[in-house]
Amino acid sequence: MTHATVAGAHRHAPPQGFLRKHVFSLDHKVIGKQYLDLALVAVCTGMILSWLMRFHLAWPETPIPGLAKLSPNGAAGGVITPEYYLSLMTMHGTIMVFFVLTTAPFAGFGNYFLPIQVGAEDMAFPRINMMSFWVTLVAFLVLISAFVVGDGPPLSGWTAYAPLSAVGKDAGPGQGVGQTLWAVSITLFCVAQLLGALNFVTTTLDLRTKGMSLARMPYSTWAWFITSVIGLIAFAVLMPACILLILDRVAGTSFFIPAGLVISDRLQPHAGGSPLLWQHLFWFFGHPEVYIAILPGFGIISHILPVFARKPLLGPRVMIACLVAIAFLSYTVWGHHMFLSGMNPFSATLFSVPTLVITIPATIVTLLWIGTIYGARLRFTTPALFCLGFVSVFVSGGISGFFLAQPSIDTYLHGTYFVVGHFHFVMGVAAMFGIFAATYFWAPKMFGRMMNETLGKWHFWLTFIGVYCVFMPMHYLGLAGNVRRYSAFTDDYLKPLIPLHRFITVAALFTGAAQLIFLFNLIRSRFRGPQAPDNPWEATSLEWSTTSPPPFDNFGGRPPVVERGPNEYGIGSGARGVDYGMQAAAARVSAR
Amino acid sequence: MTTVASPPAQPPGPPTPAAPPVVEQPRPRPAQTGVWIAIAAISMTFAALTSAMVVRGSAAADWRHFRLPPILYLNTALLLASSAVLEAGRRRVAAHLVWVTLGLGLVFVVGQVVAWRQLVAQGLFLATSPSSAFFYVFTALHGLHVLGGLGGLGYVLRRFDAAGPAPVPALGAAALYWHFMDVLWLCVLVLLVLRV
Amino acid sequence: MGKLFAVVVTIITVVSTAIFIAHTWWLPPDISAHGHAIDRQLSETMISSGVLFVLSQLALALFAWRFGDREDGRRVKPFPGGATPMVVFAAVLVGAEILTLTLVGAKVWAGVFQTPPDPNSLQIDVQAEQFAFYFRYPGPDGRFGATHPELINEASENFFGLDPARDTSARDDIVVPTLTIPLNRPIALTLRAKDVNHAFYVPELRIQQDFVPGLTIPLHFTATQTGRYEIVCTQLCGLGHYNMRAYIEVLPQAQFDQWLKDKAAQQ
Ligand code: HEM
Ligand SMILES: [Cu+2]
Ligand SMILES: [Cu+2]
Repeated sequence: MTHATVAGAHRHAPPQGFLRKHVFSLDHKVIGKQYLDLALVAVCTGMILSWLMRFHLAWPETPIPGLAKLSPNGAAGGVITPEYYLSLMTMHGTIMVFFVLTTAPFAGFGNYFLPIQVGAEDMAFPRINMMSFWVTLVAFLVLISAFVVGDGPPLSGWTAYAPLSAVGKDAGPGQGVGQTLWAVSITLFCVAQLLGALNFVTTTLDLRTKGMSLARMPYSTWAWFITSVIGLIAFAVLMPACILLILDRVAGTSFFIPAGLVISDRLQPHAGGSPLLWQHLFWFFGHPEVYIAILPGFGIISHILPVFARKPLLGPRVMIACLVAIAFLSYTVWGHHMFLSGMNPFSATLFSVPTLVITIPATIVTLLWIGTIYGARLRFTTPALFCLGFVSVFVSGGISGFFLAQPSIDTYLHGTYFVVGHFHFVMGVAAMFGIFAATYFWAPKMFGRMMNETLGKWHFWLTFIGVYCVFMPMHYLGLAGNVRRYSAFTDDYLKPLIPLHRFITVAALFTGAAQLIFLFNLIRSRFRGPQAPDNPWEATSLEWSTTSPPPFDNFGGRPPVVERGPNEYGIGSGARGVDYGMQAAAARVSAR
Repeated sequence: MTTVASPPAQPPGPPTPAAPPVVEQPRPRPAQTGVWIAIAAISMTFAALTSAMVVRGSAAADWRHFRLPPILYLNTALLLASSAVLEAGRRRVAAHLVWVTLGLGLVFVVGQVVAWRQLVAQGLFLATSPSSAFFYVFTALHGLHVLGGLGGLGYVLRRFDAAGPAPVPALGAAALYWHFMDVLWLCVLVLLVLRV
Repeated sequence: MGKLFAVVVTIITVVSTAIFIAHTWWLPPDISAHGHAIDRQLSETMISSGVLFVLSQLALALFAWRFGDREDGRRVKPFPGGATPMVVFAAVLVGAEILTLTLVGAKVWAGVFQTPPDPNSLQIDVQAEQFAFYFRYPGPDGRFGATHPELINEASENFFGLDPARDTSARDDIVVPTLTIPLNRPIALTLRAKDVNHAFYVPELRIQQDFVPGLTIPLHFTATQTGRYEIVCTQLCGLGHYNMRAYIEVLPQAQFDQWLKDKAAQQ
C-alpha cells in the first residue's frame, strides 16, 4: 500500500461545499475536466477565428454580417482588414497550439487518467496541480483580452519572430499592448505546464500501485509520461525566452533587436541584439512542442486500438522504444524550421539528417498500428473509427514531412501552404482525432454516461472526409507556390488558385458545422446519456476496474493490485465470451 | 506487456479473493522526486539563458564590462552558510535551525537587492548594456527561485507546528532544493564573473 | 462499417494521388540554372514517399475491410512473423530512402547555398523594408556607396541611407524598385533588411531566402529565361505583408546593358 503512506489521510477526505468540490478542487479528476472544458472553449474560439479567415480568403470583399459590431477597427463594414487578418491568424495559431493541443490531450486527459491508470488516489502534488490549471486559465484570459484592450491582438504569428514582435507599437497595430499580452500569456502558460509536468512525472515514478511495474503501464500513461519529460525541457526554455522578449518590449533591452532598425521612419533605440537568437530559442521549444501535441495522441491510439481490435498491440516494446526515440530526436531537429533563416547553410544539412531519421520511428509506429488491425475482430465504434482515421491522417501528414525535411526542397516549399497542409494534418487533425477518440472512449468513465453512437458516427464521417477536403488541397496550393500568412490573393500569380481557395473554404465551413454534432452529443450525453456500466468497452486498464465515474479517491479506498500488463486481448477460447484479462480485478461489483 | 504470462482471463464480475502476494516496493518519496525533477527543469532554464548570453555576447559591440558589486560575495557566503545550517537541521530534524535558514535566506535576498541598488547607483540599468541586462535577469530569476525555496521552508515549518509526526520527507525535499539553490547560484556567479 | 471505411480511404487516396500525378496544380516552369536539380529531387521524393503513402493507406483500408468483428467466433490472428521482421523491414526501407535523399539532396542544397558566387556575377544589393523591396546597382564606378541607417528616409527616397554628399561612390548608385537582370548571367544578391524579417521568394527561380535585420545575407542564382516574374515576401513582416511584392525582369544581355545605361544617365 505504497501510496497510502505517502498520501496523508488529511488530504483525502472528500471536500465539502460547491467551491471546493467543483472550482478550487484538488481532485485530479475535476482538474482534468476543467482543463478539458477550457480546451473546449478555446477550440470553439480558435475555430470561429479560422472560419473568419477562410471566409475572407475566399471572398475578400464580402462583408461578414455582425463582424463590424464586434470589431469596429479590425473589420469596419464587416470586411476584415489585412492587419486584422494577421491578428486573427496569430490568435488562432496560439490558441490552438497552446490552449487546445497542449491542454486537451496532455493536461486534460492526462490529468484525469494518468493517476487512475497507475492506480493512484491522486497526483503527487494536488495543490500544485490545481495551481497549474488556474495559471493556465489566467494565461488564456490574458491572451484573449488582447481582443479588447489596446489596438487589438498581435499580428506576428504564433512564432512571434523578433524583431517584429520585439519592437513595440511602431511595428504595427497590435504590436503594442497586444503583443505584450501575448508574451505574458505564454510565459504564464509555460509556468503552468512546468508545474503540471512535474506532477505527471512524479506521479508516474512514485505513486504506482502494487504490481504496476513500468512495463505494465498502459501506452497512454507511457505517452503522457514521455510527453511531460519533453515538456519539462521545452517549456523551461520557452519561458526565459519569453521573459527576454518582454524585457525587449517594455524595458528597452536589446536581446533580439539589432542596431540600426528604422521602423515607421523612426530609428529604433536598440543595438546589438540577435533576431536569430529568438528563432533558435523558439524552435528549440517549438519542435518538441509539436510532439507534446501529438505524443499523447500516439499513446491514446495505442491504448484504444487494441480494445476495439480485440487484439494486443503489435510490438508493445517497440512502440515504447519508438516514443522514447521520437522524444529524444525531437530535441535535435529544431533547425529544420530555419533552413532559410540566414543561419549557416551547412547546419541545414546537419539538421536535416535527424529530421529524416525521425521518420523511421514514425513509420514504425504507424506500421505497428496497421499491423495490430491485421487479423483483428474490429468493433467499429466511434472511438475505433477515430483511431483508424488518426492513422490515415497521420500518414498523410507525415509523408509531407519527407519533403520539408530536405533543405533543397524546402527552398521551394518553405513559407507556402504546403507547410500549412503538413502541420495541420500531423498536428492539427491527427491530434484532434486523438482527442475525439479519447473523448468518445472515456466519456462514459468521466461522466458516467454513454455518448450517442449514431451521432458519433455522423460526426466521424463528416469530419474525416471534411479534413481531407480542407487540408489535402493545401499541398497543391503549396506546390503551385501559394505563400502562407497572406490575407488576400488578388491581382497576381496567385489569382488562378482562388477557386481552390473557395473550395477549401466551403469544405472548412462544412467540417466546422459538423463539429456542432459533436458539441451537441457531448453536452447532451453529459446530462442525458444512458447510464454507463463500469467497463462498457471490455477494456483492461485500471480505469475500467472502478466505477463510472470513479469515486473521489478513484478506487473507494481499495487500491487495485495489478497482475498483468494492459495488452491482454484476444485470449481465451475465442468463442463468444470473455476474451480479455483485466490488469486488476474489479474493485467493486459492476453495475451489469 | 505480452511477455507477462497470461493467467486465465478474469471476468470483471464479482469481487475476487485476496490478490497474490506482490513484492513490497521500496517506499517512494514523491517530494524528493519532485524536487529532483524541478532541479532538472530549472537547470534547463538557466542553461537556455546561458546560451542566450553566449550568443548575444559574441555578437555585441555594445557589451559593457563592469565590476560585480562586492556584496555578492558576502551574499554567497550567507547562502552557503544557510545551506549548512539547513543540513544540520535536516539531520537533527530541528525546527529552530530551519528558522535560522529562513532568516539567512531572507538576508540573502535583501543582499541581492542591495547589489542591484549599487549597480543602479553606478548608472547601470537593465537596458544600459546586454551585460547589465543579463546580470539583472540571472539574479532576479535566481532570487525568485530562492523565494520559492523560502516558501517551501515556511511550509515545512507550518507542518512542524501541526500535530503529528515531524515532516521528515518534506524537510528532506526542501533541503535538497535549498542546496540546489547554492549550486545554481555558484554557477551563475562564475558565469557572471567570467563574462560581465 | 469497415467496408465503408475502406472505400472512403481508397477513394481519398486515389483522388489525392491522381491530382498529384496529373500535375493539376504544380510548380510553375523553372527559369533558373539550378532549379532542375531541385525539381528532380522533388519528383523523386514524390515517387518514393508517394509509394509509402499509397501502400500504407491501402493496407489500412484492406485490413479494415477484412477484419471486422463478424461474430463468427473466429480467433484473432497475430501479424505474420510478429513485430520484428516488419520493424526491420521498415527501418531498412525508410533508412535507405532517407539515405539516398540526404546524399543527393545535400548536394543539391550545397550547389545553391554553399558555393561561392561566380566571380563574374553581377552584384546587386537588396534592401527589404515594410512593405517593399529596393534594388541597388553599383553604377558606372562599379562600387557601392556605404549605407547609414540613420539617413534612411522614405520621403526623399533615400531607401538605403546613402550619403551622396560626402560619399563619392554612392553618387552613381542606381536604386530601383524592380529587379532587372540579364539572361544567363550569374547574379549575386546581398540581402539586408531595414526593419524586420522579410524573405525573397521567386517560385519560378526556385529560390527563397530570409532577410534578417542586422545580417547581410548573400544569395546567388542565374536566370535562364527572359520574362517578368513576381518576387514575394514569405516572412511575416507586418500588416502589409500580403502586399509586399516586386517584379523581377529578366532581359537579354543587350537589352539589359541598354537599360543600365539609361538608368545611369538619369542619376
Ligand atoms: C514525420 C515526421 C516529420 C517531419 C520529417 C517533419 C518535418 C517538418 C519540417 C522540415 C518543417 C518545417 C517546414 C518549413 O517551415 O519550411 C515542419 C513544420 C512543422 N511541423 Fe513537422 N515534421 C514531422 C512531423 C510533425 C509532427 C508529428 C508534427 C505535430 C504534431 C509536426 C508539426 C509541424 C508544425 C506545427 C510545423 C510548422 C511550424 C511553422 O512554421 O509555423 N510535424 N515539419
Ligand atoms: Cu519541427
Ligand atoms: Cu513580408
